Amino acid sequence: MLNIVVMGLMLLGLFFFFGTSVGIVRFPDFYSRLHAAGKGDTLSSILLLAGLALYNLHHLSVDAILVSVKILFIIVFIFIASPTATHAIMDAGYEARVKHWVKRKTPKEPWPGEERRRQERHP
Amino acid sequence: MFTLATFIILAGAWLLLSGKFDAFHLALGGISCLLVALISQDLLFHERKKGLAARCGEAFRFLPYSCWLLYQIIVANFHVIQLAISPRLCERELDPHIFTFKTRLKSDFAKFVLANSITLTPGTVTIRIDEDVFHVHAISRKAAGDLETSETMSEMERRVAWVFEGRA
Repeated sequence: MLNIVVMGLMLLGLFFFFGTSVGIVRFPDFYSRLHAAGKGDTLSSILLLAGLALYNLHHLSVDAILVSVKILFIIVFIFIASPTATHAIMDAGYEARVKHWVKRKTPKEPWPGEERRRQERHP
Repeated sequence: MFTLATFIILAGAWLLLSGKFDAFHLALGGISCLLVALISQDLLFHERKKGLAARCGEAFRFLPYSCWLLYQIIVANFHVIQLAISPRLCERELDPHIFTFKTRLKSDFAKFVLANSITLTPGTVTIRIDEDVFHVHAISRKAAGDLETSETMSEMERRVAWVFEGRA
């Protein structure tokens, strides 16, 4: 029973990681890629680490509970460190005046990736 | 008073991380926590105007806030995953833009919590804070939500204000 819950949590976490990896490849510019890269790990790391913490409680003892609490602490630290790092990278990009991709407001919009390449060729 | 609070927090961390409950390790932990609490008592609680009771209230109100934030993260994550995976949605809704809004939060720490909450929610990132003005990059109009559109305070800001300033 516990195994099923753990497997469900970890598979969901893997799915979210997969989605954000796809996002890194497909999003058009530096900023929106950072969205995928820097914060895909919020929900997926909660799910993966919660799965690990639960799996660790198979043999209930004080030591196992302490280890699980430590795993939960990793989540807390990720939640403090990850947005700070993302913010630092974004701020550096903003400071260096990296242009952000803007959607063209025409009725027939081309595919974002191609649009980005066109913008890079003719800035 | 603050030294005692620092000592209790440090001792809790020691107990949790050491995982050994014999007399030797407990005594070692007690001594080192006491020393650290005496030497660096002014680091953890920087602002002394606020009393301990107010801080406890903040910590207590922070719990429901973090549950709400977790819910927001889940909802927003689904939105960003949909954007990443479905080509049609990507073409229609992907609209990266930078917007600014003025906050009414007073203290630096409340601003920091608001900025980190914005960044934690997928789809929006705080680029910088100039005094009261937040610069936020959002990946789509939907991800920006009421941060961008609200005239007075967005829901997230209202909740942060409730946690740290006690008003609704």
